[in-house]
Amino acid sequence: MHGFANPKRFLALASWLTPLLLAGGLVLTAAALFWGFTQVPPDRLMGETVRILFIHVPTAWLGMGGWTAIAVSSLVFLVWRHPLAAIAARGAAMPGLVFALICLATGSIWGRPTWGTWWVWDGRLTSMLVLAFLYIAYIALAQAAEREGVSARIPAIFGLLGAINIPIINRSVVWWNSLHQPPSITMGKSAIDDIFLGPLLVAVIGFSLIFGGVVLARMRALLADIQAEARLRRRAMEAD
Amino acid sequence: MKAKHQRLVLVILALVALVGAGLLAAYALRNQASYFYLPEQMQAEPPEVGQAVRLGGMVAPGSLATQADGITVTFTVTGRENSAVPVRYAGILPDLFVEGSGVVAEGRLAADGTFVADNLLAKHDENYVPRELEGMSEHQAAEMAEETTVGLE
Repeated sequence: MHGFANPKRFLALASWLTPLLLAGGLVLTAAALFWGFTQVPPDRLMGETVRILFIHVPTAWLGMGGWTAIAVSSLVFLVWRHPLAAIAARGAAMPGLVFALICLATGSIWGRPTWGTWWVWDGRLTSMLVLAFLYIAYIALAQAAEREGVSARIPAIFGLLGAINIPIINRSVVWWNSLHQPPSITMGKSAIDDIFLGPLLVAVIGFSLIFGGVVLARMRALLADIQAEARLRRRAMEAD
Repeated sequence: MKAKHQRLVLVILALVALVGAGLLAAYALRNQASYFYLPEQMQAEPPEVGQAVRLGGMVAPGSLATQADGITVTFTVTGRENSAVPVRYAGILPDLFVEGSGVVAEGRLAADGTFVADNLLAKHDENYVPRELEGMSEHQAAEMAEETTVGLE
């Protein structure tokens, strides 16, 4: 586990994995969206707006997946003091926020023609908005902790605390009556016709690869930042 | 016990407490956090007459009728166990508003037991079905899907 404690080994791996994930993700996502936007028939009731599904669902899953990654990395950091885990948690925050915001925006665009409203304060929509706010708070906290030289344990504890929202988002449509529909895809069963399921699954894989690539790129940038900082400090000491 | 194990136990205890607190809060919220009343809930514990609430359920097939003034529509919202609430609404119906599909009505309960809606939201269910397969039995749909994909392989 501590094999990657030395960022050199991580950087060697990340330097070829990052472009691979990003390129693969972009190709798969473009293919899935082309398939979904032009090749599948419209939905029985929703018509053409069903195509938003191919962006909304993967970004929603990854928005939640991002915080799950923050929580797991924070746990590893708090218990095993693995330095790279804190970097990983910070790397997952920005793409997680962007995906959560895309999910909220596409959901709103879909809601207008389908439900007849841009926004309602039901359980699913509200808890997803809370997730976006949690991301913003986490990013601000992690940046402030670094700038002020405070322990990275504080954002890590916040990352674990915020994880309670993830099962709430997931279960909100089951626990409470909501305008948002209940899950279409449950263990081994899908209420989405196979014709829509194909592009959806490819889009999920494509967006996930992009997500992974962005996390690695963010981690490399954060590590480079730390190295540059250390080098500047050393030079300043030598100059004295 | 090594410090690492101590930290692990501490974090796990904290997580258990956190999840417990979250579940308790979600349980306590279960009614308040619901976006609407189901018809059976509205009949069992009706809200006060005139209080702004929402009613959600299925538009009963065959119940939709336009009144003489041409604007007001009446229909019945049904839920489980034969529960049904009559609804009256004057305004523009959402595109997806059809009999046999889900609806959330915002409004208030009138003294005669009718729900007077100010606004209707169409509620979509979890099913996604392409237009071509609409109205077919599952068997027919499967056959047609087979036929249309035969040439592609």
